[in-house]
Amino acid sequence: MTNSKGRFGVHGGQYIPETLMNAVIELEKAYEHYKNDTEFNKELTALLNEYAGRPSLLYYADKMTKDLGGAKIYLKREDLNHTGSHKINNVLGQALLAKKMGKTRLIAETGAGQHGVATATAAALLNMECVVFMGEEDTKRQALNVYRMKLLGAQVVPVTSGTATLKDAVSEAMREWTSRIDDTHYCLGSVMGPHPFPTIVRDFQAVISRESRAQILEAEGRLPDAVIACVGGGSNAIGSFYHYIPDKDVRLIGCEAAGRGIDTFETAATVNTGRLGIFHGMKSYFCQDEYGQIAPVYSISAGLDYPGIGPEHAHLHDIGRAEYVPVTDDEAVNAFEYLSRTEGIIPAIESAHAVAYAMKLAPTMDKDKIIVITISGRGDKDCAAIARYRGEEIYE
Amino acid sequence: MSNIRKAFENGKAFIPFITCGDPDLETTAAAVRAMAENGADLIELGIPFSDPTAEGPVIQGANIRALKGNVTTDKVFALVEELRKDVSVPMVFMTYANVVYSYGADRFMQRCAETGIDGIILPDLPFEEKEEFSEPAKKYGIDIISLIAPTSADRIAMIAKEAQGFIYVVSSLGVTGIRSEISTDLSEIVKVIRENTDIPCAVGFGISTPEQAKSMAAVSDGAIVGSAIIRLLEKHGKSAPEFIGDYVREMKEAVIG
Repeated sequence: MTNSKGRFGVHGGQYIPETLMNAVIELEKAYEHYKNDTEFNKELTALLNEYAGRPSLLYYADKMTKDLGGAKIYLKREDLNHTGSHKINNVLGQALLAKKMGKTRLIAETGAGQHGVATATAAALLNMECVVFMGEEDTKRQALNVYRMKLLGAQVVPVTSGTATLKDAVSEAMREWTSRIDDTHYCLGSVMGPHPFPTIVRDFQAVISRESRAQILEAEGRLPDAVIACVGGGSNAIGSFYHYIPDKDVRLIGCEAAGRGIDTFETAATVNTGRLGIFHGMKSYFCQDEYGQIAPVYSISAGLDYPGIGPEHAHLHDIGRAEYVPVTDDEAVNAFEYLSRTEGIIPAIESAHAVAYAMKLAPTMDKDKIIVITISGRGDKDCAAIARYRGEEIYE
Repeated sequence: MSNIRKAFENGKAFIPFITCGDPDLETTAAAVRAMAENGADLIELGIPFSDPTAEGPVIQGANIRALKGNVTTDKVFALVEELRKDVSVPMVFMTYANVVYSYGADRFMQRCAETGIDGIILPDLPFEEKEEFSEPAKKYGIDIISLIAPTSADRIAMIAKEAQGFIYVVSSLGVTGIRSEISTDLSEIVKVIRENTDIPCAVGFGISTPEQAKSMAAVSDGAIVGSAIIRLLEKHGKSAPEFIGDYVREMKEAVIG
């Protein structure tokens, strides 16, 4: 593909309507300029440190380590960021970039609502208009986040098309962008979509592994044996992996949402059940039927309930550099409760997928081994849904 | 010479669109025949896709209804095969990259050639990505139709120079759907296209009335209408073909002027 840009192996590219091509070209040019601009980086670092609360802690989970009886477990605490998840890292970068480009309006998709809340927050801070598209199903699952976005001054548009979840919110945000480009930046929340989004979002999220690598060297004098993160589109995972990619001895493990199991239709485990396709601007792995119709995926976690995966993850899978493992709803809910009880940390149900896999892996490893788990977000937003899962009705 | 050229030999062209299988394939077949009999110069057949990101609510609805009726790519090819027994009007597919990619681009283009499809429109396949599809298309003599948008600006010449069949000029920003007003200065876009190629160009997105079709065709070589036809199917269901025939005749008369 001679003209094609933004490839990770065979994955990536720019499969979007012609109407958007000049917009992504303009974005790429602006990013190429500002990513090396001293003033831009100074402003972004100030926002990340003084507003979002970076660097985030790398916390040694002593009780969990002892309880599981294997590898030492460290938690990279992205849940402690302002707005409660890793999403703010990318959003502050993109919002600042959009502002430099002269845009006055941000649009975004959101699944669990974390990216929507982060975008609404950045828009409030930087005096920008904000519209968030959210699947109607998710507005019900995550009613608290809908209220937070409104409180922050954003307009929340419930999306009723398709499965009324994250995939449809992305489609609707793309449709909105084609109708209003001049003053609007599409603040995409994950390492997906057309080039340059997978690269931009990766670069802004790479702060996670830049910090954790230095922090673990400081704490242990060596690199971890495994880094574990949950994967929907894959933004916290790529951020958690990125600076370890050249360190071949560090296992990189992405935890996909298996829903009710990868042998059922109610799953969102893309690498484990999908195949190569073209959708939402990129070539990558997608859950789809034999005719290429995108599958109506399912997970208890609204943030991982997506039928695709970012192109760089697809490539890391192809070359065997990262592993992608399925984690079911049940395992994730158990881990959600386990981490709350054991360490006094309530993780997002998304992050709980990573915790669940670590709970299986740690006991199989020697005590001198080290695992770093990214806790991508906090779990307050999930409490009502988990209570329901356990058959308890609570009123927020 | 591309068969699509014939569509532009009867004065300004009128190009109707229909989603295959909405509400069922029998109705689609009858509607296509009604279009052909009433002066359609080229017919766009939509192969339904689960997530049609370039479509507004009307055509999204048609895609959902068709898929609910279990329409597949193979069934659409069978429909074309059947239609080609008596319909000679040039026909192109309109669908999404994943439908073709999933089928296998080579196998897909081969089936197009075998069944009598002349070209294909893929709204999520811009100039930069087309090679993967245009190579097999060329092998089987299928035209990949290029789109040019109001935002294309400095890209128009590049796209026009490599265009095949006809150029689909997108009238407005946004997705497909009926618009009360089209404000883009299309004559400027068409001027740049004509400086770079002699293949015809037709305008689509937002057109529903004879007046709009007439004014769009006046600055180009034809007008494309989709959502207004889907509306007739929504309203009349299985008896829509008769109304579609009347509508196509009225629109063809309007574009000829």
